[in-house]
Amino acid sequence: MVKGVEAAGIPVVHMCTVTPISMTVGANRIVPTIAIPHPLGNPALEPEEEYKLRRGLVEKALVALQTEVEDQTIFE
Amino acid sequence: MIKVVHYINQFFAQIGGEEMAHIPAERHDGEVKGPGAAFKAAFKDEAEIISTIVCGDSYFNEHLEEAKSTILAWVKELNPDVFIAGPAFNAGRYGVACGTIADAVQEELGIPAVTGMYVENPGADMFKNKVYTVPTKNSAAGARDAVSKMAPLALKLAKKEAIGASCQDNYMPNGTRVNFFEEKRGSRRAVDMLLKKLADKPFVTEYPMPDFDRVAPNPAVKDISKATIAIVTSGGIVPKGNPDHIESSNASHYGEYDITGVTDLTEATYETAHGGYDPVYANEDSDRVIPVDVLRDMEKEGIIGKLHNKFYTTVGNGTAVASSKAFAEEFSQKLLADGVDAVILTST
Repeated sequence: MVKGVEAAGIPVVHMCTVTPISMTVGANRIVPTIAIPHPLGNPALEPEEEYKLRRGLVEKALVALQTEVEDQTIFE
Repeated sequence: MIKVVHYINQFFAQIGGEEMAHIPAERHDGEVKGPGAAFKAAFKDEAEIISTIVCGDSYFNEHLEEAKSTILAWVKELNPDVFIAGPAFNAGRYGVACGTIADAVQEELGIPAVTGMYVENPGADMFKNKVYTVPTKNSAAGARDAVSKMAPLALKLAKKEAIGASCQDNYMPNGTRVNFFEEKRGSRRAVDMLLKKLADKPFVTEYPMPDFDRVAPNPAVKDISKATIAIVTSGGIVPKGNPDHIESSNASHYGEYDITGVTDLTEATYETAHGGYDPVYANEDSDRVIPVDVLRDMEKEGIIGKLHNKFYTTVGNGTAVASSKAFAEEFSQKLLADGVDAVILTST
């Protein structure tokens, strides 16, 4: 799906936990996330802390979208 | 005279199309059917088709063991020197049937087999490493070409002659490597190839690079504070109750859901339809998979221009690549039409 969106001409950032799959699939902008069942959260944290964690990841995704890339890039 | 048994489907036997795909295997001794006529012509006097076995494509794939054992018993009795299946071109079930039966004939009866099909036929990926598979065009318009390659290969196999490299004997590379001495050493061949390349002359690489099927990255978003951002996910987030019944695996469709005015996904309103991960955390708070809460706040704070009022979702669990691609092609057009500037796609 990532490639399909990219092919349509829309910049896309792939947020996922298993980045090697994302690389194999062919995503160009990749942001690693927390865990497979809760990529953008961590149920062990207090809600406020969890929100901060999620916000941090989304901020990274926005950075990725605003960064020119020539090749597949993982935004750690 | 070399004895050949030929396997074809109901369509090429001129029994019928999809409406006859359910017919069980039939054996027609002494008969030449469909592309068999072209094989017969190509064999000249070297070989003859002693029997044509016909089976409906659906029957074969739905009654795999039954069809296989019936046909194997016949082939054993006929005891040919070589078994030919197809060509199947781009007919998926037919290609799988050809590969399956050709492989079984080789493995269980020790009779060499050859088949032919289009490179994207799913049967090709499944069996090209086990059965000599001649690449064909994607439709029966390529029958003549297919037979002209399959027939000599079949004869070679029947005569137990050494089979050359895939490019010499016209089959799909099957992963077998054979050591041999080149007449010219590597450095010489490399320079020759380079000279041809520089002169814009055709050359053949000795090591083709794998086909990665990449899509080049799009330019970055210039001003994110004015951009409309859409959420897409393969994590299966859906409104509570999964109103469109997206399957928990091998999804056949995607969902489009309106989140106008939604600032937070809660246990009462959203859940996941995904059957490939522990759903507890996503069901408690679907923002853990698609960050609607954060993006709404960022929209309010002017960090992003807008969160698109629709999100697109499917279950990426055993879902066919072809389906995912088709989903993305379709909803991307909607995103473009709605003026979306960028997508955040989350996966579980």
